[in-house]
Amino acid sequence: MDAVILQFLNGLDKGSAYALIALGLTLIFGTLGVVNFAHGALFMIGAFCAVTMSRLLSLSHQVVDETRTDFLGNPMKVDVPYVNDWFGEATGALIIDWAVPISILLAIPVMLLVGIVMERGLIKHFYKRPHADQILVTFGLAIVLQEIIKQVYGANPIPTPAPEAFRGSLDFGVMLGFDPYTITYPYWRLVYFAFSVIIIGAVFAFLQFTTFGMVVRAGMADRETVGLLGIDIDRRFTLMFGLAAIVAGLAGVMYTPINSPNYHMGMDFLVLSFVVVVVGGMGSLPGAVAAGFLLGILQSFASMNWIKDIIPGIDQIIIYLVAILILLTRPRGLLGRKGVMEE
Amino acid sequence: MGILEVKGVNKRFGGLQALGDVNLSVQENSVHAIIGPNGAGKSTLLNCLVGKLIPDSGSVMFDGQSVLGRKPHEINQMGISRVFQTPEIFADLSVLENVLIPCFARRDGAFRMHAYETVANERELRDMALHMLEDVNMHDKRRMLAGSLSRGDKRRLEMAMCLVQSPRLLLLDEPTAGMARADTNNTIDLLKEIHAKHDITMCIIEHDMNVVFSLAQRITVLAQGTPLVEDVPDRIKGHPKVREAYLGEAQV
Amino acid sequence: MRGLERRDVMLLVIVAVMTLFAPIILNPFPANSAMAQFNAGYPDLMQRFVIFGIFAIGFNILFGLTGYLSFGHAAFLGVGSYSAVWMFKLLGFNIIPAILLSVVVAGLFSVVIGYISLRRSGIYFSILTLAFAQMSFALAYSVLGNPALINLTNGETGLQVYPSDPQVLHGASAPNVTNLFGLEMRQTCEVKLGGTASGLSGCDTHMLPGAFGETFWAFDFNAGYYVCAVLMLIVFYLSIRIFRSPFGMMLRAVKSNQQRLNYTGLNPRPYTLAAFVISGMYAGLAGGLMASMDPLAGAERMQWTASGEVVLMTILGGAGTLIGPVLGAGFIKYFENIFSKINDGVLHSWFAFMPEGLENLFVTLLHPFVGKGWHLTLGILFMLVVIFLPGGLVEGGQRIGRFAFRRRNRKGGEAEAEAARKQPAE
Repeated sequence: MDAVILQFLNGLDKGSAYALIALGLTLIFGTLGVVNFAHGALFMIGAFCAVTMSRLLSLSHQVVDETRTDFLGNPMKVDVPYVNDWFGEATGALIIDWAVPISILLAIPVMLLVGIVMERGLIKHFYKRPHADQILVTFGLAIVLQEIIKQVYGANPIPTPAPEAFRGSLDFGVMLGFDPYTITYPYWRLVYFAFSVIIIGAVFAFLQFTTFGMVVRAGMADRETVGLLGIDIDRRFTLMFGLAAIVAGLAGVMYTPINSPNYHMGMDFLVLSFVVVVVGGMGSLPGAVAAGFLLGILQSFASMNWIKDIIPGIDQIIIYLVAILILLTRPRGLLGRKGVMEE
Repeated sequence: MGILEVKGVNKRFGGLQALGDVNLSVQENSVHAIIGPNGAGKSTLLNCLVGKLIPDSGSVMFDGQSVLGRKPHEINQMGISRVFQTPEIFADLSVLENVLIPCFARRDGAFRMHAYETVANERELRDMALHMLEDVNMHDKRRMLAGSLSRGDKRRLEMAMCLVQSPRLLLLDEPTAGMARADTNNTIDLLKEIHAKHDITMCIIEHDMNVVFSLAQRITVLAQGTPLVEDVPDRIKGHPKVREAYLGEAQV
Repeated sequence: MRGLERRDVMLLVIVAVMTLFAPIILNPFPANSAMAQFNAGYPDLMQRFVIFGIFAIGFNILFGLTGYLSFGHAAFLGVGSYSAVWMFKLLGFNIIPAILLSVVVAGLFSVVIGYISLRRSGIYFSILTLAFAQMSFALAYSVLGNPALINLTNGETGLQVYPSDPQVLHGASAPNVTNLFGLEMRQTCEVKLGGTASGLSGCDTHMLPGAFGETFWAFDFNAGYYVCAVLMLIVFYLSIRIFRSPFGMMLRAVKSNQQRLNYTGLNPRPYTLAAFVISGMYAGLAGGLMASMDPLAGAERMQWTASGEVVLMTILGGAGTLIGPVLGAGFIKYFENIFSKINDGVLHSWFAFMPEGLENLFVTLLHPFVGKGWHLTLGILFMLVVIFLPGGLVEGGQRIGRFAFRRRNRKGGEAEAEAARKQPAE
């Protein structure tokens, strides 16, 4: 029983990342009708916003510390971050420690900008082209973005720790009456899960309760008619692309303490996220979220030892296997609408 | 006994009764028109005939064989060809290739792995296709991309693609929809000519009364998914039930 | 050549001449000049040209003709490689059984994957093939490489031939490397043209010594390359036949309008499946040849990035055209090699004629795009092609040709060119 709960929890954080990326993918697909293979790259850019922010925050200058000497007996030079100068030592240290959450402030404008530039500069010209062309051009874009990041930040993963306060683990088992240390769960993963639930909730609330969201939902259902009503749907769709980019970017920012960001993380997640979207049902937002968590958790369960003993390697292939089965039995995915992408 | 016998066909879409107890008999070598106001179920009926939709109940017999449950390509192989409301052609292929494909379908059936032969060597089929193109006056356009043809030419090409198969039944779905008067008249002449020349059974679904009365030998009037009357054109013209169904649609 | 039109025969002849003389054509720069690094005529690279050419020709039969975009074709390449290495392990180093088995196994594999994936079209088809390929990759990487169960792939290490393998057909005198009835794949004869005398060995020859002073050219004629090249010419010929056949016409009809095809009495499913299997067998052949040149097979060959590469090649060259995929494969493999060799030192030597400030500026500007940044260049190039030249390099060539043609006969040719454009390209 404790193992089951543990795997369930372990599946949540991966599921959260899948759900967030798939949500953005579905927003873009549902509103713009574009299959965006560069969406994983947006996730990656988000993660590197966190890297950049933590580097910016720890920018420092050297001062001579008279109280200490180095091994030659000379006064030692120490690096003092600028934030220490500005906010005092204690606050400065705190700010550096909280670099990842603070990066959200950087990531939102950056991702919005990246999203809008991408849509206006490139995607816009592909609305009327076949889906294969959309896949191809965004695939090319993903390669370009990934290579740029590789050149700027290098090929190695860059560890980006969570704030000190979240580095421990929560002993979940004790709370449920199990022995201590049977079910421990890192705080940050809990934070990630809570964060993604909030983001998902916010996106749904935004679409449900604002006029903007209503227009967008109407546009998802029938773009032409909404256009005929004299509503400038294009401008809203551009903003939707920005929003989807922000969702992917934030997912990336907060994911950095779980997995050190590297230049190919976008592609790694993209393939799985596409599977998630298709399983959930192309164009269905609740489907994307549900399938994201479902597959994340399923993958986590499949990696339990006793299951791997029965079916070796099942953890590696479970997602694809489920995707194939679902596509064949329910062609529109779990919650898909009729007539989407059926040429 | 007609070549096409539709008996007691019903089709529901959710709460909507699209077709209710439709009976229809199309005689061999005749031109039979199905008319009716918008939403009368004409297109649904047609889709049931070609395998795109499967009726909830009833039977559709073509030449003594049931077409129900068969796929569109199997029904075509039985001898039913269909002309669409907006011409469906192979836009990326040349006009000649467009006509060659049905020739191959007729000779080789639904699938044949002829990967090592060349199209250029199929003299017989090429002659057949070229002949057909001459018949519809498109011989000089045979090298053009079908997608670059004018709308009227696309329509004629689609007809040629159907006729070259020598179907036993040709289904036409509003062949003059959206056409100018002159084009409509041309199409009527074309259809008349085809009927005279090829001795073909035609079933036309049409909105335009002009077309129907100048072509059809028998007319079925459909309203709200059920046939109101079936009779010769002269008697349909003044029929009170038809007037009632078409109230507001002035042309009758 | 019966039944092929003259222009197709011409194309085939040109490709044949280019491939057979590739060791000379690809080494235009003297071996002791500074430009020698742009020579591409070394055996390893030439083998890759033709092997990826085969892969792309096959992919084009599926994608170019039917429009079904598979993102999982590398799986067939990988399966082909594994089968070939197994033949080396079990039977011996002759490449004939290896290549045969790789084609057959890849064919069977693609029947299964194709039968299931082709039940869907569009993006769903792409995702299904992607899922199958990733699954095959995961299986090859972990499950089937597990010594505790059945070890088909040798996991991370990759499958290779060990001295302890049975190799039942391995004769006492047969060479211990991959060979074609004794002809070793790695055997290379060097022809040296010009230059001063050198110590020759084996089949090496020296022509016109001293004719060009110190300058000399070196051409490598490699047995493995010619085996691959001949096979590529055969499958290229077959692909021309398919393009010109009624079958090929039906495949183009599938891409153009499936609805009409259905109502014309044709069943698209077996046509697409046949195309899928043929292209899978091409990929298997490429994989088998890869293993025949270097008897190793690793799971990374099946990863989706490898599938993406063949997509890039086909699109870049020109999907749906005969020669496009070959051009694309050559182009990408050539620049991958050459670009990645250009480092800052080379750049500095290029711009040495400029004032130092300008020189450094140019080097800094170009630096991200060369050397390790080759993928960046490739990505940008690929995007530009998809945006501006959907027909790839072939369309680019046609446009240039048309432009030149128009200029020459500005008066009379206009109408003719117009008519030519309206005719279908292939």
